[in-house]
Amino acid sequence: MSVYIVIDTADGVVKKSAFETLSYGADLASQLGVNAIGILMGLVSDDPGSLGQYGVSKIVQVNADQPRSDDPSVLAGLIASVAGAESDSVIVFSHSLSGKALAPLVSAKLKAGLVTGVVGLPASTNEFVVKRAVFSGKAFAQVRIETAIKLLSINPNSYKVNSGGAPAAVESVSVAAAAPRISVTKRQKSSNELLLTEAETVVSAGRGLKGPENWGMIEELAKTMGAATACSRPVADAHWRPHNEHVGQTGVAIAPTLYVAIGISGAIQHLAGVNRSKVIVVINKDPEAPFFKAADYGIVGDAFEVVPALTAAVKKLKGA
Amino acid sequence: MKILVCISKTPDTTAKIAFTDNNTKFDTAGVQWIINPYDEWYALVRAIELKEAKPDTVLHLATVGGADADPIIRKALALGGDEAYRINLDGADSYQVAFQLAQLIAKGGYDLVLTGKETIDYNGSSLGGMIAGINDLPYISMATQLELTDSKAVVTREIEGGEEVCEVTLPVVISAQKGMAEARIPNMRGIMAARTKPLSVVEPAEQDALTRVTAFELPPAKAGVKLVAPDQVEELVRLLHQEAKVL
Repeated sequence: MSVYIVIDTADGVVKKSAFETLSYGADLASQLGVNAIGILMGLVSDDPGSLGQYGVSKIVQVNADQPRSDDPSVLAGLIASVAGAESDSVIVFSHSLSGKALAPLVSAKLKAGLVTGVVGLPASTNEFVVKRAVFSGKAFAQVRIETAIKLLSINPNSYKVNSGGAPAAVESVSVAAAAPRISVTKRQKSSNELLLTEAETVVSAGRGLKGPENWGMIEELAKTMGAATACSRPVADAHWRPHNEHVGQTGVAIAPTLYVAIGISGAIQHLAGVNRSKVIVVINKDPEAPFFKAADYGIVGDAFEVVPALTAAVKKLKGA
Repeated sequence: MKILVCISKTPDTTAKIAFTDNNTKFDTAGVQWIINPYDEWYALVRAIELKEAKPDTVLHLATVGGADADPIIRKALALGGDEAYRINLDGADSYQVAFQLAQLIAKGGYDLVLTGKETIDYNGSSLGGMIAGINDLPYISMATQLELTDSKAVVTREIEGGEEVCEVTLPVVISAQKGMAEARIPNMRGIMAARTKPLSVVEPAEQDALTRVTAFELPPAKAGVKLVAPDQVEELVRLLHQEAKVL
């Protein structure tokens, strides 16, 4: 038995979500008393051995001489042949866009039980039961995997990142890949530099801002805090902000360390997407806004006065 | 062109989340049920638009569930679609549900299978990929745009930090999300027509679930908000820095 960790990469660079997943996989492996092995697919510019710092002892580099395929079915085939060689492996994915595409394909290929959105290590490994977020973050479920091969995908920002591990051994393997059926004709980077689901701090604003022209102060605060920007659903629906910034039950679910909500009333659907945040700060001029009930800190006040003052205060702190 | 849209029944987004039977079952008392928003707003509405553009398109809907799912599938038929299937099974996990749909899809010879990117109750994000994996069909997840030609789909999908335009030869399984279409409200003609559209109940194929929920739990309640006066913003920053240690 081994724990295999599928490493997310983009343009040959290991993604931040993978650090967390590697750490989870390494800790799960020591809980089970087995080896943790990272699976890296395609060309990468990073030194694979350095991923040992997150606690894995070995990296299997699959088809390192060619770019990573754009077809998730091709990648799923590679994962299944490397990790499925053992009849009782545990395969850990990131519950990222890439992991959401890959994990169910591998599950079907190996006919192995998959639990997505996992938020912690199994409470016991006699029975393999893991905790996952359900009802868009409004509850958790303990789920037992009943097959010999077990698949998990780890929710972003739900596990601590290890450091200081020894360099991992790197084994390069060639695996016959299926012919791709999907071809990418165009790729476009979004203007947001910081990925919303990976951001430690998120500054989010709602209808209280009155119009898209007022987002300058939100972006300024976000920049000062090193935060990603987000918005509520009415704001995205009115096209004040792009849809990929919409957090909530029908948008993106996030779990940053700090979530600052400005001019958002806190409808239950919005709370569902953000209530796994560690600390929530709410700024709203309506003291009755339901969001205050879910907040750790709050200011009842006018966003147009509070936000610039907050930016200045954070600048002062960072400058100190 | 033959399209299948997979529909799931979910609690309304404002439903109170509580559990019964020693926290092993979702408490359905007083819960309003809706079509999973991702299935309805994006997968189904886009499929209806494709049929409107090309009226000889055959559009079927399918769900896996008990008779209590019938009102939901009728509601979906009121928006559009020619006929529907309900596979008569209370699925225990995504694989069990995907397996049932995969059998229906293999028999039906669909060119395009659409699902929502996830359901708002179990948030698995797994169904489309599992169907594709079981039937060895190509899979494009998190699609924000979809155009069809006679033999191909051109799909925009979200990737970490951006988006990609992909081309794939049909048949294909696609999971849909925001951007794909705008929500619609069924009109009276649609609601009347839906009553007489065929809804076939199919008995499930033999397949166990691969995972089981053993218990549910609610997140711990918040301790309560600490309010800071609007002219004391520096105090808030101090609290975030020294007390919460998040700045």
